Amino acid sequence: MLDFDILFPSLLNGLTTGAVYALVALGLTLIYGVLHIINFAHGASLMLALYGVYLLNTRLGWDPYLALPVMVAGMFALGYALQRGVINRASHGKDENILLVTLGLAIVMENLALLAFSADTRSIDTPYTLRTVEIPSPFGAGPAMIAAPKLIAFGGALAVAALLLWIVKRTDLGRAIRAVAKEKQGAKLMGIDVEHVYAMSFGIGLACLGAAACFLLPAYYVNPQVGSGFVLVAFTIVVLGGMGSFSGALLGGLLIGVVESIGGLLLGDSLGQVGIYLIFIAVLLLRPQGLFGDRA
Amino acid sequence: MKNRRTFIQQSAAAASTLAFPLIGGAQPAAVKIGVLHPVTGALAFSGQQCREGALMAIEDINKSGGLKGLGGAKIDAVLGDAQSQPQVGAAEVEKMNEAGVASVLGAYASAICLATTQAAAKYNLPHVVDVGVADQIVQRGLKNTFRFGPGYGVCAQVAMVNLHVLNTVAGKPAKTVMIIHEESLFGTGTANLLARELPGFGFEVKEVIKHANPTRDFNNIVLRMKALNPDIVIPANYYNEYALLVRTMQQQKVAPKAIYSVLGGAASSFKFLKEFPDAANGIIDCNHWFNPKDKRALDLRKRVEAKNLFFTYEIFNTYTAMMFLADAIHRAKSTDRAAINAALAGSTFSDHFMPYGPTKMVDGQNTGAQPLMTQVLGGDIKVIIPREYRQAEPVFPMKG
Repeated sequence: MLDFDILFPSLLNGLTTGAVYALVALGLTLIYGVLHIINFAHGASLMLALYGVYLLNTRLGWDPYLALPVMVAGMFALGYALQRGVINRASHGKDENILLVTLGLAIVMENLALLAFSADTRSIDTPYTLRTVEIPSPFGAGPAMIAAPKLIAFGGALAVAALLLWIVKRTDLGRAIRAVAKEKQGAKLMGIDVEHVYAMSFGIGLACLGAAACFLLPAYYVNPQVGSGFVLVAFTIVVLGGMGSFSGALLGGLLIGVVESIGGLLLGDSLGQVGIYLIFIAVLLLRPQGLFGDRA
Repeated sequence: MKNRRTFIQQSAAAASTLAFPLIGGAQPAAVKIGVLHPVTGALAFSGQQCREGALMAIEDINKSGGLKGLGGAKIDAVLGDAQSQPQVGAAEVEKMNEAGVASVLGAYASAICLATTQAAAKYNLPHVVDVGVADQIVQRGLKNTFRFGPGYGVCAQVAMVNLHVLNTVAGKPAKTVMIIHEESLFGTGTANLLARELPGFGFEVKEVIKHANPTRDFNNIVLRMKALNPDIVIPANYYNEYALLVRTMQQQKVAPKAIYSVLGGAASSFKFLKEFPDAANGIIDCNHWFNPKDKRALDLRKRVEAKNLFFTYEIFNTYTAMMFLADAIHRAKSTDRAAINAALAGSTFSDHFMPYGPTKMVDGQNTGAQPLMTQVLGGDIKVIIPREYRQAEPVFPMKG
């Protein structure tokens, strides 16, 4: 009964979801790779970004995709300010402090959202929310119907990921980020402003969330707890791909998306996620540094 | 800090308001009633609709002279928010009990009602269930719990018998069924009943799928539907998920012979009809519905729509449930909890616009309550069954 008519659309569904997962994970892995901190406020920041898109759409009538530059810039500024003004100051250079500060930030953000927006689940309606695109199947079966917003999210997420890779590999800022990540003292001696690079990395990490929010909201929803679902998956992807590895996060995201989708198809939506964690455990057992991680 | 002058002023003001009823003499103390619904969270839309229905009923009662059995006492609503979670609902009952309510009306979702009725039972606090269709709510021997509307047992039975009739009249085109339900008490209970009984009516249940609240992607479920190709799809879930499921089916071009809902969250909703007229077309639902020939229902609908709200089952069910409760307090002639419980248990309330038989409470359930069958036809929701309320002939099967 499970033929390619069903499997193919499910596969595409998983890839499109996975691309957005990857985008969320990229921000997380960048922050981890450079700052060596696990940002517990990542999910809450995504939630804030989703509310940002929601407000721009409902109050000002902005299309979520047009809101992209504003959201990316806004989230970048928020990240930069948070790292410089709060996280860095409160941590006094201790990693365990940073952990607690980001956890505290997450709690504050979620409860502020609860105060401002109540616990309601909100979504936006766009003219293309229900539009579908037919994708012919390579297996000779019937075409797959994919929701247009998911396809746009897929393309957008890949584009943002490519941009991020380019920044990290090809720009001076990227070289500085990689230098700080590898050897903080050495970078400092070479004249790199480490504090600035820290804040830039945090800002870029959150800017990824701004982009992810714009791609997500047309096909998704927002409530104050929405981030927690993503952050668990994002952490899984980061560990799966290798902490701090960009290509790992990208491929890990796509893989998790597909496994979740096909698992959901075969086992039902509630049990489908089991596949993700089976793979996760297997990777931890057999390749603890992650699929693309450097051997520590 | 208060100075002496403001203290004196405030005391004088307080004393005069306290004294006023004594001087006036005629106005009895208002009766507090807890109005408890999930007005935020996943069920916010339905909860807010329920609250509106309850408040409109209270407004009407107060305008027409209050509770006559208590010398025209007004009803004072004590509002509560269950935040779409049973434990929060139970905590709200505790607060309402502290606030001295005479009774509680609520709390929309079955899982929440199960918790709130039990919390109220500790204080013998009368609790009228406005929607909460799970039959367990009235099957636990609680002496304080009363439901005026039908439970899911009756609704599922009516739906199955009528499906059998419709299918037989049409020459039995439908043989297979797929059930999609939400994961809490209401959806699971309804789905279990249907899955157990439908084979007896000659239908093969191909699959029963449950989903979480909220669910924002029904693609996998609809893909399974495509693979199984059932003749009839039966959804039992709340508004948002119902709407999304049907829209995804439309998106994936899945068109069964009928979408036949049992207590479908959006199936007979003017909101759904207005927002997605194409997706709604032809959907059959067995659900709470008003007597379409009763002028009072039509008047209420006009008033609701004048407020820019949709006249959904949440509103008219809760409106009627509040009337049922007020009638009992009026007859009890007291705010004593035992007296109100006795009056509710012995109720023969008939001054309402629901298509029910004579009110008779058995173990807290109104045995006269029944659902109606409706179908979306020609851009409107029409009653198709039973014949005495029929507005249009049923269309079954839909063009497949």
